Amino acid sequence: MMPMVTTSGLFFSLVPLIVFFPVIGLLINIIFGGRMGEKVVGTIASLAAGAAFVVSALLAYSLAMHPETVIVPFAEWIHIGALQIDWAFRVDTLSVTMMLVVSGVGTLIHIYAIGYMHEDVRFKGDVSRYRRFFVFLNLFIAMMMILVSGDSYMMLFVGWEGVGLCSFLLIGFWYDMDTLGRPSFANANAAKKAFIANRVGDFGFVIAGLIIFWAFGSFQFDQVFAKVPEIAAAMPWVIVAVTLLMLVGVAGKSAQIPLFVWLPDAMAGPTPVSALIHAATMVTAGVYLIVRSAPLYSVNHSVQYFVATLGAATALFAATIAAGQYDIKKVLAYSTISQLGFMVAAAGMGAYTAAIFHLATHAFFKALLFLDAGSIILGMERGHHHLVHGHGDPHDAGAGTHNAEVFDPGDMRNMGGLRDKMKVSYWLYLIGALALAGIFPLAGFWSKDEILLEASRNYPHVYWMLIIAAFFTAFYMGRQVWMVFFGKPRTEVAAHAEESPKIMTVPLMVLASLSVLGGLLNMATILGFTLPGSHLLAEWLGHSLGEAEAGELNLIVAGLSTVFALLAIYFSWLIYGRKSIETGQLDPLKKPLGPVFFGMENKWFIDEAYQFLFINPYRSISKFLADKVDWAFWHDWFHDRVIAGGYNWITTILLDQYVDQRGIDALANGLGTGTKRLSTVMRAWQNGLVRTYALTVLVGVIVILGYLILK
Amino acid sequence: MVPVSYYLAISGILFTLGAMGVLIRRNALVIFMSIELMLNAGNLAFVAFARMHNTFSGQLFVFFVMTVAAAEVAVGLALIVAIFRTKNSINVDQMSSLKG
Amino acid sequence: MTLDMIVFLVLAAVAVASAIGMLLSRNAIYAALYLVMNFMSVAIFYLLLGAPFIALSQVTVYAGAIMVLFLFVVMLLGTEALVPTGVLPYQRNTAFVLGGLLVVEIGYWIWRGAMTGLIPLPSSELNSMESVQAMSKMLFSQYLLPFEVTSVLLLVAMIGAIILTIRQKGERG
Repeated sequence: MMPMVTTSGLFFSLVPLIVFFPVIGLLINIIFGGRMGEKVVGTIASLAAGAAFVVSALLAYSLAMHPETVIVPFAEWIHIGALQIDWAFRVDTLSVTMMLVVSGVGTLIHIYAIGYMHEDVRFKGDVSRYRRFFVFLNLFIAMMMILVSGDSYMMLFVGWEGVGLCSFLLIGFWYDMDTLGRPSFANANAAKKAFIANRVGDFGFVIAGLIIFWAFGSFQFDQVFAKVPEIAAAMPWVIVAVTLLMLVGVAGKSAQIPLFVWLPDAMAGPTPVSALIHAATMVTAGVYLIVRSAPLYSVNHSVQYFVATLGAATALFAATIAAGQYDIKKVLAYSTISQLGFMVAAAGMGAYTAAIFHLATHAFFKALLFLDAGSIILGMERGHHHLVHGHGDPHDAGAGTHNAEVFDPGDMRNMGGLRDKMKVSYWLYLIGALALAGIFPLAGFWSKDEILLEASRNYPHVYWMLIIAAFFTAFYMGRQVWMVFFGKPRTEVAAHAEESPKIMTVPLMVLASLSVLGGLLNMATILGFTLPGSHLLAEWLGHSLGEAEAGELNLIVAGLSTVFALLAIYFSWLIYGRKSIETGQLDPLKKPLGPVFFGMENKWFIDEAYQFLFINPYRSISKFLADKVDWAFWHDWFHDRVIAGGYNWITTILLDQYVDQRGIDALANGLGTGTKRLSTVMRAWQNGLVRTYALTVLVGVIVILGYLILK
Repeated sequence: MVPVSYYLAISGILFTLGAMGVLIRRNALVIFMSIELMLNAGNLAFVAFARMHNTFSGQLFVFFVMTVAAAEVAVGLALIVAIFRTKNSINVDQMSSLKG
Repeated sequence: MTLDMIVFLVLAAVAVASAIGMLLSRNAIYAALYLVMNFMSVAIFYLLLGAPFIALSQVTVYAGAIMVLFLFVVMLLGTEALVPTGVLPYQRNTAFVLGGLLVVEIGYWIWRGAMTGLIPLPSSELNSMESVQAMSKMLFSQYLLPFEVTSVLLLVAMIGAIILTIRQKGERG
């Protein structure tokens, strides 16, 4: 066992607060939120997240002083025989890194959401949901913290399920509307889809957990990892099974092939949700799981090969789809899937530091991009509001219900030329886009480059898939920037778009600066020069993950990726930027690429395939079971005829007619009538005639005499 | 000597005849007479037993029975006369007011 | 067959015949007279049984007083044969059956008693005049209370008879 908290002056014992600060925040909001205003609710939630960040920073500081892993036991949970599951917090460099990312980006998103939900809520015309949103957000932070700070697979799974639940709650936040505000179940369906796809993944995870307990005898990380060599020698199939089944869970949570389908639909949720959960934190839980289980994955090279290939395939696949999407958030969603593919590929290849590095930088710039996209959408909505209701105050209540005409503020084909109208959003978006594309010296360049380097060394096919995916990444981000910000406004709405308030743009600026400077987290060795402060993350994570490779800047790899990215941006400019797209014009790639673009546009029909292969048969089976088995057989026949009919038969016919009427009633009535008849008979005795009485007396005498004789 | 059992037999026969008279006849007076016959038969049995046991108790009892019978006849006949005054008949079959 | 037995048998026949005659006669007067004859024969039975006092009191009280009363009332109330009503059609047959049964039972008792020797032949010393004295001695010493009660009974009967038949002034006839 790792040493307990003995070092004084350090803050390890504060670690439960990373969970409980958000919990306290959400409890305060639940109980008192109704009486306080919007701003107070949002502030409390942001403070809770910020407090968690402060604690994480303190833990980071403590670890810097004392880099060995510290386990802080918190509560006993299940103690049944051999099964001993406790809630203990694991403070090691990997988990603290995750904590910092989650709470840091989370706090910024909370602050952004105060402004975003204020406008979004008003436009949808419902103020009472504001508080609920922040409660859910805090709940999510708490669950994510449980996930990353857990000391055993069981606690990780608790957090895993918890973030799945919060994802469901938040995606389906506007559960009675679709994304354009019309009454529908579209959002609820998207939430269901997310939950079910996650569930499929969780199924794999659970089986893996059961196998772990069966083989290793414990869920606790250290105990499991200690026995890995022994199990790998005795029962190698256990390791393979566990890792592959956990990969199923990762495919669900981190949106890899084949379970990624929920993530684009999850864009139905409010934009802060997309930023927090589906870009920066929840979807990275899968990557965290793989990195945490490094001892399990490192043992078997075939598994690693498979994981890396899967990640690379996902990256490429999603990138092609992203290039054909028209909705601003959908592009970013597929981009997230693609980048997650990068991370999973890195983790699969054993480059755990690279994976975590990319996780962190991706959190920065993807959150920035999503929040900025939200800002743009709101800007479009403000323009639309201006047009529809004249130049009044766009914050009139009840404005949202007037969206009678179908106007999608997120469709890039309705935008254009927003560079002039929304300057701040434009510059920040540009920074995010360049970071994502991997342009030197922004953060994305360094992290992506490390992954590519690792791939180029050992897994060439992965390398080529990733580099092509990087090409597409730069391409679609360029396409997006040209379509949204450049050219002429394609609709009146775009012409009237307005900039967002400071409460939304300031967190964006913080994220933008992190996107710029993020590369410093793990600066590589450039040309043989190791600058002071390089390899920070690698060394940091090395305390938890064992050996960590030091990244170096291989000129060939870096150069090739930069060339590809610039080429992609140039192509996108050629197609989308040089000549601005007109209103209603088809996408310029439609004709040249023809059917390929058709496939990209329609997400390669994966959703339709799933619908055909899984959903429809499932629906018909359940319909069959419901209609035929449950209703027709069980209800109609069995219940109504057998049970109810039988019961009715028993009561009305058997018991009522036979037993009650003919039996008991006959008995009772018969008693009466019998008595009557008897008395009628006996009444004949009382005929009032003396002679009869005399006869009776004589009969009595004779009887008595006879008795005496016979005695 | 005549065995006492013969007297008892006669007594029994007379008693039975009196009982049948009570049952058969409808004339109230004749019924009454049959009752007297029965009482008489009982007296005979008493005296026979007195003779058998050589005591006077039986005869004394007969004495009392006779007295009681006389009183009873007086009252009974008065009753019959009274009934005759209301019903104008001495047919016991017509005196069924206690019917039911 | 001694004289006693002959007398007994004759008297028994007379008694039974007169009883049957009383039963069967339609005329109430005839029935009463038959009954008188029956009483007389029973009185002679008493004599045969050595109870002269009882015999004579039988004649005096029963045949003399009671039957005279009967005859008075019969004449008062009319002697017509009663019209047979249809009531109780089974009465006669049942009565005969029951009578037969009763006779059988009584006969059985007597026979059993005779067989077991419970009924011995009487001794002959009691046939003397002193029996009356002895009887009266017993009557007025041992049976005094019943004697007095009987006198009360007679008084009550007298009063009862008068009350039952008295006609109030203005009462309907």
